[in-house]
Amino acid sequence: MALLEIRNLHAGVKDREILKGVDLTIDTGEVHAIMGKNGSGKSTLVQVLMGRDTYQVTAGEVLYKGRNLFDLSTEERAREGIFLAFQYPVEIPGVSTSYFLKAAVNAVRKHRGLPELDAAAFLRLVKEKMKLLQMDPAFLNRAINEGFSGGEKKRNEVFQMAVMEPTLALMDETDSGLDIDALRIVAGGANSMRGPDRAILVVTHYQRLLEYIVPDRVHVMLDGRIVKSGGRELAIELEKRGYDWVEKEAAALV
Amino acid sequence: MFAADGRGDAPQPPFLRRLRKTSRAVFDAVGLPTTAHEEWRHTNIAPIARTHFAAAEPADADVAGHLLGECAAAEAVCVNGYWRPRLSRMSALPPGVLLVSLREAIDGSATPVHEFLGRLAQLEDRPFVAWNTSDFADGVLLYMRRGTRLDRPVHLLFLGAAGDVPVVYHPRVLIVAEEDVEASIVETYAGNGSASHLCNAVSEIFIGAGSRVDHYRMQREPAGAFHISATGVELREGASFVSHSLSQGARISRNELEVFLRGSGASATLNGLVMAGGEQLADNHTLLSHEKPGCYSHELYKHVLDGRATGVFKGKILVHQGAQKTDSRQTSKTLLLSDSATMHSQPALEIYADDVKCTHGSTTGPVDEEAVFYLRSRGLGLEAARHLLTYAFAADITRRIRVEAVRRRIEDDLASQQGLPLDLRITDAGQHDDAAL
Repeated sequence: MALLEIRNLHAGVKDREILKGVDLTIDTGEVHAIMGKNGSGKSTLVQVLMGRDTYQVTAGEVLYKGRNLFDLSTEERAREGIFLAFQYPVEIPGVSTSYFLKAAVNAVRKHRGLPELDAAAFLRLVKEKMKLLQMDPAFLNRAINEGFSGGEKKRNEVFQMAVMEPTLALMDETDSGLDIDALRIVAGGANSMRGPDRAILVVTHYQRLLEYIVPDRVHVMLDGRIVKSGGRELAIELEKRGYDWVEKEAAALV
Repeated sequence: MFAADGRGDAPQPPFLRRLRKTSRAVFDAVGLPTTAHEEWRHTNIAPIARTHFAAAEPADADVAGHLLGECAAAEAVCVNGYWRPRLSRMSALPPGVLLVSLREAIDGSATPVHEFLGRLAQLEDRPFVAWNTSDFADGVLLYMRRGTRLDRPVHLLFLGAAGDVPVVYHPRVLIVAEEDVEASIVETYAGNGSASHLCNAVSEIFIGAGSRVDHYRMQREPAGAFHISATGVELREGASFVSHSLSQGARISRNELEVFLRGSGASATLNGLVMAGGEQLADNHTLLSHEKPGCYSHELYKHVLDGRATGVFKGKILVHQGAQKTDSRQTSKTLLLSDSATMHSQPALEIYADDVKCTHGSTTGPVDEEAVFYLRSRGLGLEAARHLLTYAFAADITRRIRVEAVRRRIEDDLASQQGLPLDLRITDAGQHDDAAL
């Protein structure tokens, strides 16, 4: 049984279908990348997996750990180990990052029947992860994402991911808005999480991120479907040749 | 229907006798406003108009739970509008600060009260101000001489004592800061018990050149009470005024805050937070009157409305001819927690100068679904996420509060209302700008 099995997934908003039959299987220990142009549906896919209710699933199924994913609410998915690093993390003034993160960690622990972390244990955990992402500890007492630069927000997402230790990490355009140094740090954080019990799905427009987070599998998404899959060399080819040839290939198959 | 001046036959200085007489005449002529009156269009005070209020008598009250304690330099307590020296604490005030009963100050000659009283609390078309001026029993004078620096706030506490019948009282506050004064002042309006009272307060605040006054107004009246207030503020050259208006209680409340920028380079920051639910009606009318060049004002009012509550906000910015280089920004944001809550938000700009920057903006809506999704994606439940975002919405105002005890009190109330623990606050008070935007 694979960790995540997506079969013929159709989803969209109102009268517009965005995902038009996605098939994808991801197993633990693997890093997958979905590449594609803007509007191809790759961000929609990860948001649907997290349970964003602006999208309606109209057909197909998704099994996570063998269970129907759509039986679970967004927070239940999070507690069951799915994490989405947002493309546009939300700013929440007035609430400290440390409070928020502690509430999140303890919601997951409670769900798993573990005792809640006390303040000291929590602090130990986050300090270690902050070092990994080269973050200033003062940041814990700042409001969630408020006044952060685009790069700081992304780094914060990967930091939270590291703290939450998900089983399935979904990273939505985590590379956009990052300069090369920040990209290295963020990729380092993600790489440190690679392991036999975890899967990572990276959604990106550019191959650049994949030089740092080297995927096991690369998929090309086009108009709501995965039209081509391959190893990491596919990403390099896409970088060199663009997306047009994939489109032509896909058109020829129809 | 209304009690006449209940002050007894104590002799009054001629200026006060004249002021009271004029005020009574205005009140008798105008009467209480109805919704036909433009400035009261959304604020139906019929429940006040049809209640017979007796003039409140001097009383004592349980002040525990209302005092700020050691974090305040001094605490002056009035119950039912009467000064209560035995409940007050004045000991820690530095020289140069006078904190006394207003009646005492009027009767004595230590301070020129007559030069100030009634000058900012204009009577025209304002029956409640007229009523207060005609009938106030007592109040507080806080006079700060040139160069005074207060490192802790002065707390003025106005309590209504529970009785069997509805009573009305008229707290009156006069605050004078001469030049180069730095002070923060907390006015708290609250009450014990559930009897309905009408608290009709008037405060006048004079801020001299180069002075800075931080002003906190906590309206925590009992649920059955009515609260009407008018605050007038005058700023001289280079003076600054930071207002935090925090309204939680009362069945019907109305705050009028008028700020007159009468010296160049003066600045005013008005932060407001209204939390209302049930059948509450909470109204805030503000005026920023720019009368001299180079002044700036920032205003941010936030409403959290639940149940069938109604919020009213009218923010007027008046830029006089010659008040060039005025910089004024106004924002009103409302969070509606229920479909039955209503918000009326209205900016009003009147500009008679040509080289000015004036902006305003207003938003009203439910909790941001994108933010709810973000929190749920981290494992927080739907309700927890909504409560946290409600807290966060309001904390955007409370975190600007520099007096720790006030901030704690408001944030703790907020957290317990939202069913949240108390450890979620950000502990970097003062790190944020006063600026509302």
